[in-house]
Amino acid sequence: MLAKRIIPCLDVADGRVVKGVKFLGLRDAGDPVEIAKRYDEERADELVFLDIRASTDNRDTMLDVVRRTAEQVFMPLCVGGGIRTIEDIRKMLNAGADKVSVNTPAIENPEFITRAAGRFGAQCIVVAIDAKKRPPEEGGGYYVKSHGGRDGGRATELEPVEWAIEAERRGAGEILLTCMDCDGTKDGYDIELTRKIADSVSIPVIASGGAGNLDHLRAALQEGGADAALAASIFHFQETTIREAKEYLAAHGVPVRF
Amino acid sequence: MIVVLDYGMGNLDSVVRAFGKAGAVVKVSSDPADITAASGIVLPGVGAYAEAMRNLRGRGLVELLNHRVLDGQVPVLGICLGFQLMTSHGEEGDAEGLGWLGGTTRRFRFAADSGVKIPHMGWNDLQREAESPIFEGIDPRACFYFAHSYHVTDPVPEAALTTSVYGDTFISSASLNGHIFGTQFHPEKSYENGIRLLANFARRTAHE
Repeated sequence: MLAKRIIPCLDVADGRVVKGVKFLGLRDAGDPVEIAKRYDEERADELVFLDIRASTDNRDTMLDVVRRTAEQVFMPLCVGGGIRTIEDIRKMLNAGADKVSVNTPAIENPEFITRAAGRFGAQCIVVAIDAKKRPPEEGGGYYVKSHGGRDGGRATELEPVEWAIEAERRGAGEILLTCMDCDGTKDGYDIELTRKIADSVSIPVIASGGAGNLDHLRAALQEGGADAALAASIFHFQETTIREAKEYLAAHGVPVRF
Repeated sequence: MIVVLDYGMGNLDSVVRAFGKAGAVVKVSSDPADITAASGIVLPGVGAYAEAMRNLRGRGLVELLNHRVLDGQVPVLGICLGFQLMTSHGEEGDAEGLGWLGGTTRRFRFAADSGVKIPHMGWNDLQREAESPIFEGIDPRACFYFAHSYHVTDPVPEAALTTSVYGDTFISSASLNGHIFGTQFHPEKSYENGIRLLANFARRTAHE
């Protein structure tokens, strides 16, 4: 039976992990490779590196991080942030990434998804969707943000469910859905939107944004229908370990891998 | 020496690093001299079936591989797309395959209301259908990492080594005549169980 995945996410800038990681016993808590090794020991199902700076001159630094990580850990790696061209993808995969996640270039030119999936296979191409709630006085619902939503980003005309369907049609292998309103709150994932998207596409959906406790993970996977749950701070600060999370999920009937 | 075949289809480095971790020295090559001298051959690969076969043909490797594997009985391990190429036919691009295992590589098909997603992406377990040296020392409950939309169907009946359940039951690894091996999952991404499998394959090549 296919296990639901638990995916820690590391925000990286200039080759260093930002937003603090407080693992006990790490020599260098800012070193992505050290942290990846820790998650490897904890048997994370996959690892996501998000290059939050994503400037052009930062590319080689990120490639080096991916290369050094892939030498140490033998689990799937996904890299997002600043991937703009087919050549960027090729370099990232050659460095040891298994997947890349793309956001802005896919929005600006949806054909990019088709080309990337055609060249490297759908299983490599994750389309990241940053969804934001529209205030009720402006009609409610959600819209999609481009340009790295974490620092604000830019509003687009796209609606997340429709955009997810379009991304699948274009050849995306997976959707990484981040709810901007939940991100960083630790109040839980946006279950409603996650469910809507999971029901609307026939590719896997990774839920992201808002994980504050173990039941949030469970809810994203069960009520939300997500295939994977991504989380950052609850793992980084050792509030919980991957193993504890999986034990909790297994006890609540979620298939996981130990 | 084990040769990891470079035919322009994806991430060879992960496979090389994982063999290194397994204690085996491998060489990435598409040089006929290396393939002729190889004690084992690895066919990695991600991407499209038809393009992969075109690349193999374009490099003049199909006949040499047939000769080494079928006549020379050199141990060969196909991973993911590399496994699928061992079937006779690929639905994607309607391409002729290497044919060592017979059968066809087809896309998963699930009813629209089944809720089963494609690609099959993530960790799944295996049911052993036969004993094989490449699973020696590996916990029967172990999970392996999969990332694929196509799968091997109808190979010669004795080839199925493990099956896995995703929507339906499919063949997740196969072996034939004690030297042809294929895995639909990625051992190079499957932690210590995958490393063990690669080490088992490497030991197999040392015996030849």
